[in-house]
Amino acid sequence: MNTANDSLRPLESRSPSGPIETRWARHKADLKLVAPTNRRKFHVLVVGTGLAGASAAATLAEQGYNVTAFTYHDSPRRAHSIAAQGGINAAKNYQNDNDSVFRLFYDTVKGGDFRARESNVHRLAEVSANIIDQAVSQGVPIAREYGGTLANRTFGGVQVSRTFYAAGQTGQQLLLGAYSSLNRMIDAGRVKMHCKKEMIDLVVVDGIARGIVTRDLTNGNIETFMANAVVLATGGYSNVFYLSTNAMHCNVTATWRAHRRGAYMSNPCYTQIHPTCIPQHGDFQSKLTLMSESLRNDGRVWVPTKAGDKRRAAEIPDADRDYYLERKYPSFGNMVPRDVASRNAKYMCDEGKGVGNTGRAVYLDFRDAIERDGEKAIRERYGNLFQMYEKITGEDPYKLPMKIYPAPHYTMGGLWVDYNLMSNVPGLFVVGEANFSDHGANRLGASALMQGLADGYFVLPYTIASFLAGHKQETVNADHPTARQTAADAKARIDKLLSVGKKGSRSVESFHRELGMLMLDKVGMSRSAEGLTHTMERVRQIRDEFWQSVRIPGEASMLNPEVEKAGRVADFLEFAELMARDAFTRNESCGGHFREEYQTPEGEALRDDENFCHVTAWEYTDVNAEPVEHREPLTFDFVKLTQRSYK
Amino acid sequence: MSGNTIRVNLRIWRQNGPRDAGRFEDYSNVEISTDASFLELLDVLNERLVVDGKEPVVFEHDCREGICGSCGFVVNGQAHGPDRGTTICQLHMRRFQNGETLVLEPWRSAAFPVIRDLMVDRSAFDRIQRAGGYTSTNVGNAPDANSILISKEVVSEAFDAATCIGCGACVAACPNGSAALFTGAKVSQFALLPQGQPERTRRVLRMVAEMDASGFGGCSNTLECEAACPKEISTKWIQKLNREYVVAQVASENGGEVQEKASAG
Repeated sequence: MNTANDSLRPLESRSPSGPIETRWARHKADLKLVAPTNRRKFHVLVVGTGLAGASAAATLAEQGYNVTAFTYHDSPRRAHSIAAQGGINAAKNYQNDNDSVFRLFYDTVKGGDFRARESNVHRLAEVSANIIDQAVSQGVPIAREYGGTLANRTFGGVQVSRTFYAAGQTGQQLLLGAYSSLNRMIDAGRVKMHCKKEMIDLVVVDGIARGIVTRDLTNGNIETFMANAVVLATGGYSNVFYLSTNAMHCNVTATWRAHRRGAYMSNPCYTQIHPTCIPQHGDFQSKLTLMSESLRNDGRVWVPTKAGDKRRAAEIPDADRDYYLERKYPSFGNMVPRDVASRNAKYMCDEGKGVGNTGRAVYLDFRDAIERDGEKAIRERYGNLFQMYEKITGEDPYKLPMKIYPAPHYTMGGLWVDYNLMSNVPGLFVVGEANFSDHGANRLGASALMQGLADGYFVLPYTIASFLAGHKQETVNADHPTARQTAADAKARIDKLLSVGKKGSRSVESFHRELGMLMLDKVGMSRSAEGLTHTMERVRQIRDEFWQSVRIPGEASMLNPEVEKAGRVADFLEFAELMARDAFTRNESCGGHFREEYQTPEGEALRDDENFCHVTAWEYTDVNAEPVEHREPLTFDFVKLTQRSYK
Repeated sequence: MSGNTIRVNLRIWRQNGPRDAGRFEDYSNVEISTDASFLELLDVLNERLVVDGKEPVVFEHDCREGICGSCGFVVNGQAHGPDRGTTICQLHMRRFQNGETLVLEPWRSAAFPVIRDLMVDRSAFDRIQRAGGYTSTNVGNAPDANSILISKEVVSEAFDAATCIGCGACVAACPNGSAALFTGAKVSQFALLPQGQPERTRRVLRMVAEMDASGFGGCSNTLECEAACPKEISTKWIQKLNREYVVAQVASENGGEVQEKASAG
């Protein structure tokens, strides 16, 4: 074994210095290459086939590497990237509105409340334009103008039109583009695709990520796959809240299992709660549905002035209505940023002014807009959203005000990676939402698709080559003692779940629901030291109870969704404690992380740049032991640190 | 939101695996809020079954927003249930009456073997896509996105074809189990766009060959597929598929690629 890896020190970001606009170019010039004829000798595993995973797997295969890809879905096309609605940002300046790479970089750093790495964000902005070119060449039908050029729309909080879109299905179209490239490489025999196989452990041999252990969801078989590098593209962890806008199967297992094998978890407390979602209707709700926040352009948000007012909306006169966003933020009104809108909705409901059956909703009222502009104009602007709302709630928003409530949506935290997108475990790369990456403490709209595809098409294929070229590896197969031990550990865990599960009495779902409600209440839109301490304690109790009384019917040797869910919820029950600890440790408010103790006199997020201008990276020790905290300092040389205000 | 509760009787196809014979099982008086989605009805049933020590009903699902294409089964003989343009995950219980009996079956098609209960194996769809549902351009080759102008009408047509979610309802609804709508939509998307021209002949020939090899039946124009499609994809793409196929066959017999100009249909 070549021990060149000893020189790889954790939390050294390997970010280049000097002029920001040439950092990526200079870094690329320093990266090592693998000769075309040698590439097939290197085997790379890619876990997850969303935008980041599918684009990475396809591109590495095009370059000539030997790629094996995995998804727990029945097809790579089902990954949750498919559900993204609004669009994808790119600094093309097609609209001649003075957009530039620098402006996209600037907006993203500031939007992230100064908690992202400047070098990464600039690179993201640089490659953004290439993504659109690539998608068009794949035959992705991105919206166009009559003259045949690409169309753009504007998105929250920026002053240019740089968002490309395909109706309200941009994620679907971009994912099907990446999926088609992946299919081409499968067709060419250069990607071996495994569907319905879930990664349940990471194999680390002599400190280097060399493989994964998977469970075949159709028959329960445990298999080990070995390679020269492992890429995780396994998405975010919003389902720790149980109810979120994520798909039902989204989970933290792959990244959490990697964390348990040594990969640092960064900023897990950075989560984005989206304000305009359809509220929960009852105890058996399974997920929440997001509606574009553009609705706030014409809808007015209000609650009854008096707590407990049970009159129907139409019976409440204006004198008894509190248009609280307009009252508190006269200049931004209903158009305050996502985190502010979400937090205030929660405060109103906490005061007993919430509406609907559950009391966890506020009104979004189009009455005045319809009176002013006419129903036809509103229908033209929001027809599809009104229709979706009516389908789900059975209420006509042209006649009754919409009820909305914030929902967990995107997670900015994730596994720590350096500038090369490699974790502190050499050979383990992390791309897309799964890494902590480029969004800091808050992600701007239409930037998630950009980051996933930037990582997969344009960054990882360059940086992984340098790792492979620079680290001679011995051949290690699945019979290696460490690989066998890892597979045995993974199997033992499933056996343990089943043995508890045969005697238990409580459903997996009920544990997930209990955890989620706790997390949403205490680690959601608003957090306090007291609530977070309570949460860490309570999560440990729920976890103990889970391992004593969870009920899992059936066998592990066949398709059994309860076994799948149980493994994922067990990991959420460990991850949740770290998330609360991270929020507890970060004694400031920034972006989506709001600590009640740290706010401006006006009640806004108050950063502490003196003490918290850093990335937190947690090192796992043991399930019931405290993790070790590491820090990567952040410096801002090109975007000046400032305080946000929306009054 | 109405907040009403109804009770429904469920008759659900249970099958332990591809080789199991399978049978219907009855679950009577399942209480459910009319605000719940159809899949939440199954969630409620399943949680009851788990606590009672029984095995829950297996069904495929994920995004529950009608876009991932994971879900789908037959309700009272209709793929994705009674509403047009709606996946089963978007169907809500207010659509049904108190005391109604609902019969749930998996997609029935030779090309979609049952994995368990209501879950079927749709890997044949992926095989069709792999047989040419792409353009052969490596990353790094792409010219500027505006260098090739495409009219708004053409790109809108291509988009309509590209909105297929790959759920399989078209196959399940077809008396012949044909995948012509699924294949036609993808072939048409590329046939419409300039980027799809270089491989136009080869693509349609290979995708149709794979469709036939996977055990899907032939299209006899019953149009059931369009009625069942949750994205309301038009059967005009089947007509286009047929035209593309005939032209490609002729072109291939003459030994060349089709150099036809992109057109909107």
